[in-house]
Amino acid sequence: MIVGKSIPRIDARDKATGRTMYTDDLCDRRALIAKIKHSTVAHAYVKSVDISEAEKIPGVVKIVTCFDVPDFKFPTAGHPWSTDPHHQDVCDRVLLTKHVLYYGDDVAAVVAEDEISAADAVRAIKVEYEELPFVLDVQEAMKDGAPQLHEAYPNNILNHTSYRSGNYEEAIKDPGLIKVEGWYDTPTVQHCHIENFVCFASRENEKLVVVTSTQIPHIVRRVVGQALGIPWGRVRVIKPYVGGGFGNKQDVLYEPLCAFLSESVGGRLVKLECTREETFCNNRVRHAIRSHITTYCRKDGTLVARKLECFSNQGAYASHGHAIVAKGMGAFHQLYPCPNVESDSWTVFTNRQVGGAMRSYGMAQAIFAVESHSDDICRAIGMDPMEFRRKNLMPKGYVDPFSKNEQYYDTFNQCFDKGAAYIGYNEKYKAYQNQSGPVRRGIGFAPLWYNTAVWPIALETAACRMILNQDGSVQMQVGDTEIGQGADTAFSQMAAETIGLPFDKIHILSCQDTDVTPFGTGAYASRQTYVTGMAVRDCAERLKDKILKTAYRYTRMQPYLMDIQDGNIVRVTDGRVLMSVGDLAMSALYDLDNSIHITAETTTQTKSNAYSFGCCFAEVEVDIPLCRVRLLNIINVHDCGRLINPALAAAQVEGGMSMGIGYALSEKMIYDQKTGRLLNGNLLDYKLSTFMDHPHLEAQFVENYEPTSAYGTKALGEPPVVPVAPAIRAAILQATGVPMYELPMDPHQLFRRFKEEHLI
Amino acid sequence: MYDIKALYEATSVDHAVQLLLEHPQALIIAGGSDVLIKIREGSLAKVELVSIYKLDALRGITKEADGTIRIGSLTSFSHIHADPYIQKHIDVLGDAVNMVGGPQIRAIGTIGGNTCNGVTSADSASTLFAYDAEIEITGPEGVRICPISKFYLGVGKVDLRPGELQTAILIRKESYTGYKGHYIKYGMRNAMEIATTGCSVNVKLSQDKKTLKDIRIAYGVAAPIPIRALKTEEAIRGRKLSAEVREEIGRLVLEDVTPRNSWRASRDLRLQLCSTLAMRAFEEAVKKAGGEIDG
Amino acid sequence: MAEELRQYKQVTCTINGKKRTTMVDVRASLTDMLRNDYRLTSVKKGCEVGECGACTVLIDGEAFDSCIYLAVWADGKEIITLEGLEGPNGELSDIQQAFIDETAIQCGFCSPGFILTAKEILDSGVLYTDDELRKLLSGHLCRCTGYENIFQAVKKTMYKRLGKKLPT
Repeated sequence: MIVGKSIPRIDARDKATGRTMYTDDLCDRRALIAKIKHSTVAHAYVKSVDISEAEKIPGVVKIVTCFDVPDFKFPTAGHPWSTDPHHQDVCDRVLLTKHVLYYGDDVAAVVAEDEISAADAVRAIKVEYEELPFVLDVQEAMKDGAPQLHEAYPNNILNHTSYRSGNYEEAIKDPGLIKVEGWYDTPTVQHCHIENFVCFASRENEKLVVVTSTQIPHIVRRVVGQALGIPWGRVRVIKPYVGGGFGNKQDVLYEPLCAFLSESVGGRLVKLECTREETFCNNRVRHAIRSHITTYCRKDGTLVARKLECFSNQGAYASHGHAIVAKGMGAFHQLYPCPNVESDSWTVFTNRQVGGAMRSYGMAQAIFAVESHSDDICRAIGMDPMEFRRKNLMPKGYVDPFSKNEQYYDTFNQCFDKGAAYIGYNEKYKAYQNQSGPVRRGIGFAPLWYNTAVWPIALETAACRMILNQDGSVQMQVGDTEIGQGADTAFSQMAAETIGLPFDKIHILSCQDTDVTPFGTGAYASRQTYVTGMAVRDCAERLKDKILKTAYRYTRMQPYLMDIQDGNIVRVTDGRVLMSVGDLAMSALYDLDNSIHITAETTTQTKSNAYSFGCCFAEVEVDIPLCRVRLLNIINVHDCGRLINPALAAAQVEGGMSMGIGYALSEKMIYDQKTGRLLNGNLLDYKLSTFMDHPHLEAQFVENYEPTSAYGTKALGEPPVVPVAPAIRAAILQATGVPMYELPMDPHQLFRRFKEEHLI
Repeated sequence: MYDIKALYEATSVDHAVQLLLEHPQALIIAGGSDVLIKIREGSLAKVELVSIYKLDALRGITKEADGTIRIGSLTSFSHIHADPYIQKHIDVLGDAVNMVGGPQIRAIGTIGGNTCNGVTSADSASTLFAYDAEIEITGPEGVRICPISKFYLGVGKVDLRPGELQTAILIRKESYTGYKGHYIKYGMRNAMEIATTGCSVNVKLSQDKKTLKDIRIAYGVAAPIPIRALKTEEAIRGRKLSAEVREEIGRLVLEDVTPRNSWRASRDLRLQLCSTLAMRAFEEAVKKAGGEIDG
Repeated sequence: MAEELRQYKQVTCTINGKKRTTMVDVRASLTDMLRNDYRLTSVKKGCEVGECGACTVLIDGEAFDSCIYLAVWADGKEIITLEGLEGPNGELSDIQQAFIDETAIQCGFCSPGFILTAKEILDSGVLYTDDELRKLLSGHLCRCTGYENIFQAVKKTMYKRLGKKLPT
């Protein structure tokens, strides 16, 4: 068995020696350098751009302003395209804008021979604005009379969707019910992959070649075509190794502008590299979502009627838009089945950084709100938080009528038992009741719920190509991408397993080139082991079938009498090795009568989806006078089906937990209310967790085989981030008796809340 | 690539003085961990620099005949932390500079740079205030000595005149003998951090460890420049050790500090911290000095 | 900047064991010199202000952020980048192997810097506590690993080198 083994990553050796080439490493040093002139106001019309001084700076090759770019509106979200105009992403972008919608928006661009000349020229460009009022808060932006960002969206509402079941208004009339209500706020945060976004573009014959640090090369190709108004086939996108993405690079970022700038200097090589500050200000962020939850329940914790309202801060442009909050809203009624539910969510434009995809796609926000509220219910009715969850969470046998997803196992109880045993939950929960003194401890937990991939909301498709080499090894290509998570290693394990080859006989092409690799939409939605796994399985089976059919010629055995095991063609009836796959490949390829090059290629559409589950337990120490939380112990338990590679799976979980810890305790983008400027868009002032901010991160699994999956697996990439913040919140609540309603639960927040509750 | 107009590399202290006089617009670059960042931001674009980084004569820690500990201005934080004199006599300073940024920043960052950029958040500054450090400045007129409290003139402004550079930091024998101290850096995370507030306290106890013969309380980010809580020190000096004294320190320091509101932290949070940190640093310092506070 | 105003300086230093000389623009950072002049692309750019540690190299055995170190200062120094750790026949050092074995690498962008800091730690020959190790490694940011497996890789190698049994 190769699937299920902790094989080292196939790219580990190169990465450990520094040989791996990322985008910037591949760029010819003679490239021209592009830099962008960003607006210094949050909302305005550009009246004029004066480039006369900038043009005089030696080394400047070309300056392009918002008045020089074509008027092709394009979308940026890394979603599969839809042929139905109603399901297409919102096209609200142009390469450079005359209507500035956030502080830092792109007004002009310089191409120069070196970075200092480019930076000088950017400083020398003078922009005259007609300033407009701006709005940063999501609910303020919805009010009548608020500044309007996009004409087509009154009250700045990009979208509003609802869900209804039962009759909420009738149900709450029951006089015996207890009402619990809360507002839960999550902050704008950034992905902070260590490799900033970078791309370079040039023309090769009549083709535009763009090399870029992206999760979604095939989508980038389409959007570059849309933005420049050229046929998509004229665009070639190459994705080298990527230094992390986490959803930010699941958006088309500056590839269209870079391609346009290259075209505007005759197709010469132009590089556009974001600084860290631009990564914060001008890429994408996680949506800040404000949720309002009302629950009517009985004393025994029975849920009678519930209502959810979510307000998602989209920022200036649509990008992934309403899909984020909609996914989170879907969790509400599925995770805690209740007969009477009303939920509504709004996605609203504001003059802030653009919300895009970020690891968990709205679920970290939703689960923080939903699980914080669960703890608030427990507090109100005096119920044990564990008992409440065991009573109310989605039970075994639950089926969602829309997605047809099914809860096949008693997974929540299994995960809780495992997590509680590791951390000593029951004993500690008892021991930490009723503390006094300045320094107190607490323990808490939260479940997580996630949907694998995007079906049935959008298309799910993946393609795979396999070519048998003369030595019996296989070249494999997929359109879906390795961005650090270990996808290529997992795909290789799957292929080896299905074909019957040793692991080292699979050679996957780790870098996508849209002119070479088959179509794939890319790394997002924790989809690849599930969706691409289906394509790998299908392709591997077809290749195997071809190998065995071809082997008939040389072995004279019927294909059904043969199998491939460990690189050999074996007669299944007696286990005899008939020939090696290598010998077969040689014989078939160089056959003078009937040469055949054995290949297989498939496109697999996926029309199923799978729930992914888990939980987090956290233990904290709260220093009340110093308003700070120290995380003492933490564990995530995941049921993501069967593990393809347990070591890589654990590593994914640890990374997600780390991101969750930052989300819970320290990360937040801060805005100047007077100007709308982002104040802390750098790695000093934005408080990403460091090596000293974590205890040991424990990752464990419950491996319930996913029946709908090609290899029994389902989502794992994103889920680990989801339950961490509510688990830590629960632990702080137990320690101090103070519920927190806003992330991050940093000293500022604790100080405010402890003051309000008279703890200090 | 940094947008530097000209770089003049000094080969000796005298040469540095000469270069500074020849290029009055030029800034001194020591380790560069502040200057280079400002150049990159654009606020110092096209700057002229006098680099003193290669002046190894300004590196190292020595104990002079009169017991003065002399820290060359270019000594890096990591070297200060590891130095045996520092560990023996003013370990608090070693601890404090070991909280600057991360290891690589401590390898490049110099104590001279940390004090000359005149910021209140410098991790070394509050402890140097708590030790009544003196600054040795070399210029066209030769060497002059300036107490650290006079060296800071305002936000980002220190007492360096044309042609002058800081060459050493001196801590006199009477300032450290018999003192034990403790520094607490409060930040939003545990590494790669700028202090939200920092408090350095040192104490000298009586022979029987019951009475506070002397106390010095210093802060970073409790005012526009690093400060001493002089009124509190005055009120507490000579008192018997007790829990009441500790609480009193927590109350009194609020009269000495003047933190401001900024997006990094509110004035109210900083006041809460100033008070709590002083009490905790005091308690630790007393413990290190062999004293005890009941309750 | 106009060509005539540019200043260049000859810089001679030892890079990965070899003495090298080149003319360097005085405005260049050590990152610029190593990446552009010597094509040592393991030296990564993540923030260019000394916050992320991706550009870390060893200078005279000590870890520095090469992004905030002027290239001209490298004159006379001995510099080691990750490329310098591999043996002549591609042998990996113990810490590189440990990063592979412990699944301490994901996207790999922070790995070169981390491995070099780890080398400095391990070369000191000191047995550090867990807290000390965390502090010594805290000048690097990583978004993929949560630092967990990096910690395990460094700790296990430290115990192995010192011939001590890893505490359980």
